[in-house]
Amino acid sequence: MSKSRKILLDIGFQLLGVLLAVLFTTLILLFTGAPPLQTYKLIITGAFSSLNSISNDFVVWVPLILATVGLLVTFSAGLWNIGIEGQITLGAIFTTGLIRMLLDTSVPPLLIIFLSILAGMLGGAIWATLAGALKTFGGVNEIFGGLGLNFVATAFTLWLIFGPWQRPGVGSMSGTEPFPESLWLPQLPGLRMSLWSLLLGILAVVIIYMMLRSTYFGLKLKAVGKNIRAAFLLGVPTWQYMMLSFIVCGLFAGLAGAIQVVAVYHRLIPSISSGYGFLGLLVAMLVNYQAIWAAFIAFFYAALNIGAIQLPIVLKLDSTLSGILQGMLVLFVLIVDGVRQRLLKKRV
Amino acid sequence: MADNIILIGLAGVLTAAAPILFAVIGETISERAGVINLSVNGLILLAAMAGFAVAVNTTNLILGFLAGMVVGGLVALVVAFCSITLHQSQVAVGFVLALLCRDLAYFLGNPYMGLPGPRLSSLHIPVLENIPILGPFLFRQDIITYLSILLVIAAYIFIYKTRPGLILRGIGERPSAAFARGANVNRLRYVYTVIGGMLVGMAGPVYSLSVKAGWKGTISGLDGLGWIALSITIFGGWNPIRAAFGAYLFAFLQWFGLYLQPQMPNIPSQVLQVAPFPLMILTLLFVNIGNTEWVNRMLAGLNEPTRRFISRILRSLSAKPPASLGVPFDQE
Repeated sequence: MSKSRKILLDIGFQLLGVLLAVLFTTLILLFTGAPPLQTYKLIITGAFSSLNSISNDFVVWVPLILATVGLLVTFSAGLWNIGIEGQITLGAIFTTGLIRMLLDTSVPPLLIIFLSILAGMLGGAIWATLAGALKTFGGVNEIFGGLGLNFVATAFTLWLIFGPWQRPGVGSMSGTEPFPESLWLPQLPGLRMSLWSLLLGILAVVIIYMMLRSTYFGLKLKAVGKNIRAAFLLGVPTWQYMMLSFIVCGLFAGLAGAIQVVAVYHRLIPSISSGYGFLGLLVAMLVNYQAIWAAFIAFFYAALNIGAIQLPIVLKLDSTLSGILQGMLVLFVLIVDGVRQRLLKKRV
Repeated sequence: MADNIILIGLAGVLTAAAPILFAVIGETISERAGVINLSVNGLILLAAMAGFAVAVNTTNLILGFLAGMVVGGLVALVVAFCSITLHQSQVAVGFVLALLCRDLAYFLGNPYMGLPGPRLSSLHIPVLENIPILGPFLFRQDIITYLSILLVIAAYIFIYKTRPGLILRGIGERPSAAFARGANVNRLRYVYTVIGGMLVGMAGPVYSLSVKAGWKGTISGLDGLGWIALSITIFGGWNPIRAAFGAYLFAFLQWFGLYLQPQMPNIPSQVLQVAPFPLMILTLLFVNIGNTEWVNRMLAGLNEPTRRFISRILRSLSAKPPASLGVPFDQE
């Protein structure tokens, strides 16, 4: 088969997967009696109709892409870092903690923001190291170690919000006391979006793209992921590389948590990770672990999240519809890819 | 009086463990056949919602339970198709389904939020319930609780004492050997994955029609329990009796957390509710650490009696997963 024909076939199969995903989501809408066309139109206008909504897409995109690129690193090493939700949460906790410590000092606000972001990255890395250590030294599968740590992180957040970091008066699910505006990451006038966080997101994509593509570290990491035994025999220090991949992922996850605090919520809230870690896993799977595509798919997923916000208000539909579409896409791309491989194998 | 509170609490533990038992035994059977169904968390939510919706619409509890099982079987069928037939990663497919089913449950369940619905009433076993102390504790449960205990025993006997059970272990452990002995490995894997999924699906309606009756959407508190069930499956070392022990331990710890609540009013209840998780991590650590290289290397450096003592403890704790768990099998 010629190369161009193979590429066309690949694209054709990918499109088929997308079509099937939309088809099934439409069937679900019809089943609930919702008007599909109007629903999709509402999602699109909700995500793109105004400058405000487009800027909101980026507010979701930044933490999502940070989580995704971090996961690309662990995926390269063949690891399923499901504990990323907890790593984002710990990033947010460390960020909030440092801001609280420096709140009434004479440290300049910009320096506080900078330091608190670093603290957040440290927090994420610590939580990731824990999951990594459980895996490499304890033999605990990273999926289950990470899951447990996610729950612990959530409990830790709740304890802080209702305990030591309680709002003056009574603690509530709305989170800790918001920080003064001088400690927010500078935002565009009239919008929730911060160019600084956008810059960090883009920087992260570039760094990970370069790292996985053209460094020795990236190459060895992929060797570990492809065949750990062969990599070990070739002299790659496998467990060190696995730990490192966890730490790098934790740094990015922690950064995502820090952004959630300094640029989005300006305080610690119970669900600070907003499920972006799990969503990042979906994005990473969908792009077949390529950083550049991740940026676009993550934006599409972010837009779906923002677009679906109007659904409950206008159509009385639950906004989890965006999650259904996001999940269906990955599921059908996986299925179609499997079918394609089987067909190709049969022909050979 | 104090005794009473504890006894009532322990009776509650039996009830609370019932859905976890269904999920854990179902997952154990599926993993014994070599297929990890990672979708459990979303699957339970979707089955809980479907079971409740069907029970409300038909006012028939049995149909509600059947609906949960059908949902579980269908989701498991997708896992089986993607992993056995298409050779895609079981973890990837299962994880996507975990998220997808959860969102489906919340989306489709939206109209049923907070609706009053039928619920299973407890079954009082005549005579026996009047036994002092033990009576109210053991013999006033609802029928599902009794069924969950029977399921554990039945699964244990099936896996370890019957010929089909031997084949089940074979296809998860050494599928090529099982195949050579005439077992249709992939077809059996389909069958056991779907059966396992149906049992996991049962856990859903056990919540929504019995333990935590009703459908409360995102605040139902069910989100996360599927992940626990997956951990307990490992904790149980793929053995139904040991898995049951894990399920009861977990339910007990959760109850104990709530029991401690009044003594520590400053700590939100959610915090005490997660107390079992660090413990779960620790037990997984103890279960697995004996298999790691550095522990074996360290043990080799100790003197003989100490080494034998420690490795005996580690061996009794440790559990190895079915050797071909997650590995596709090609029959041709």
